[in-house]
Amino acid sequence: MRIELVKRPERSALFAALSPFIALGLTLIAGAIMFSLLGKNPVEALYYYFIDPLREVWSLHELAVKAAPLILIAVGLSICYLSNNWNIGAEGQFIVGAIMGSILPVMFPDFQSWIVLPLMLLMGIAGGALYGAIPAYLKVRFNTNEILTSLMLVYVAQLFLDWMVRGPWRNPAGMNFPETRTFSPSAVLPEIWSASGRANWGFVFAIVAAIALWFMLSRTLKGFEVLVLGQSPRAGRFAGFSQSRMVFFAFLVSGGLAGLAGISEVSGAIGQLRPTISPGYGFAAIIVAFLGRLNPLGIIAAGLVLALSYLGGEAAQISLGVSDKVVRAFQGMLLFFVLACDTLILYRIRFVGASAAKTVEATQNV
Amino acid sequence: MFEDILITIATAATPLLIASVGEVVVERSGVLNLGVEGMMVMGAVTGFGVALTTGSPWLGVLAAIIVGALFSLLFGFLTLTLVTNQVATGLALTLLGLGLSGMLGESFVGLPGIKMDYIHIPFLSELPFVGKLLFGQDPLFYVSLLLTAGVAYFLFRTRAGLTLRSIGDNHTSAHALGIKVIAIRYLAVMFGGACAGLAGAYLSLVYTPQWIENMTAGRGWIALALVVFASWRPWRVLAGAYLFGAVSIGQLHAQALGIGVPSQLLSSLPYLATIVVLVLISRNRRLTMVNTPASLGRPFVPDR
Repeated sequence: MRIELVKRPERSALFAALSPFIALGLTLIAGAIMFSLLGKNPVEALYYYFIDPLREVWSLHELAVKAAPLILIAVGLSICYLSNNWNIGAEGQFIVGAIMGSILPVMFPDFQSWIVLPLMLLMGIAGGALYGAIPAYLKVRFNTNEILTSLMLVYVAQLFLDWMVRGPWRNPAGMNFPETRTFSPSAVLPEIWSASGRANWGFVFAIVAAIALWFMLSRTLKGFEVLVLGQSPRAGRFAGFSQSRMVFFAFLVSGGLAGLAGISEVSGAIGQLRPTISPGYGFAAIIVAFLGRLNPLGIIAAGLVLALSYLGGEAAQISLGVSDKVVRAFQGMLLFFVLACDTLILYRIRFVGASAAKTVEATQNV
Repeated sequence: MFEDILITIATAATPLLIASVGEVVVERSGVLNLGVEGMMVMGAVTGFGVALTTGSPWLGVLAAIIVGALFSLLFGFLTLTLVTNQVATGLALTLLGLGLSGMLGESFVGLPGIKMDYIHIPFLSELPFVGKLLFGQDPLFYVSLLLTAGVAYFLFRTRAGLTLRSIGDNHTSAHALGIKVIAIRYLAVMFGGACAGLAGAYLSLVYTPQWIENMTAGRGWIALALVVFASWRPWRVLAGAYLFGAVSIGQLHAQALGIGVPSQLLSSLPYLATIVVLVLISRNRRLTMVNTPASLGRPFVPDR
């Protein structure tokens, strides 16, 4: 038996809408099998992963805390991927944004004013955008593959952060722990509704960014430019769009948003810099972007799903003793299924047996 | 002293060389598999685990090769049969590999591993200066050299190699000539996966005989960069791999000597060197245009 693809006459709107759900369903099935192999009751395990975290208000707040960076980074990445710029270094842009944004609260802790927080956020955005500009510049100027350069810069950023918090920025009163001083209250991103939980304004930024980019992509000329240059660079050139400026645009937007995510996370959720400030948000956001079908509104939903998997991982670890490493295997499977299901949008899949193939040929010859 | 440094450079270069030579074959067939890091880390965890349970590093190596090839089949099925985007699917393979290996290897963390024995040939290994370097290394070092020679011979001196390269340069014409494009690409992808698995096993059985999560630390990506650096030629991959081996060993020695530069900044040197080398090689647009397989990364659906 053989699998054959038959091109659909036009994109299937039905499968374009359904494919993320089919992918989620397949991931759940594969997850259930995986848990049975690990010797756990699959129903119970999936319950702890995907239902239990939704039952309490504080836990919904945690969901927003985890979803905020994922959504912020992923909507930026959607601009990149739609315009055919493969930025996979969002993790590094996240870290550099966090470092740049932390300059004020770490180096000038006595400077306390209402203006500190806006300045921190702006510097975080600038840091991420500048770090994202490096692969963009190398791509435009030297034709260097942006996939490899942006990824290499992640390792550089991680090592740099490690050095900062162990070296020059280590808290002088911190018993030699590798961490900076804790931020003063004026440098902490406030919680949205602190009576009920921890969710901070980072989540609001994420929703606003998603809606703004959705508007840009679907209602403005710039958005059209992104799509045209991504699907057909030649057509874009004839339309007078500049490929080089698009590379910079995509990397600056996604880098800036990743930087904003970084400083929001550090200022809102952690309160200081540490050697590790992200459980791989920059990479998980790639999955979020594809699960949301590169549509900023879809990405909001997808970000919540991935955030749920992080929370579920913690819940399952506590209640079932399942390792938290399972989460990343889960997320990797999800991206596989998403990509596989997207094939259904453009193609019909036909299973051909050996004899059936001959019949088809015979009918074609008639 | 100098000889020891050369040997450690070879140890750092060998996994890069093995993974990179495998990827040369994959990319020469027109497929861009960015999942090297994922396949490599799966090889590392498999090699470590099997060697630990059976007590034989050779069984570990064999298992790593098989798992690498099987894992790459996932990528092959998606990109070749379902024609998904190769860049995104390669990323997915890396993310899945890093996640799965972390899960599978959790019980191995902190256990002492099994180190593969070094070859010792009486008399020859004791020659001054070159003895240990040429005749007293780990067996996989020799495998990596044979692999490079074999792939170079296969690609440029055999009919099958020519067929493979023709698919990479123009899959439509190759298909029209009756060449089985998809089938050959499947084989190429699996060969790349097997090599990446072997490279991973080298890390966990020779380089540092233990299992650490994410122990590949970007080597799969550096291997991908090496392919570009070497303009898809096996012997140049060898040169590039040893250059990178020298950079990473050099920074380790600099750390040991305590030259006053923070260790983290020295550790980032191999990654920065990768970027610099990529820039130097890709700024020559004509060179890259001529050498890049023309169908690299392009989807192929046979018309019937």
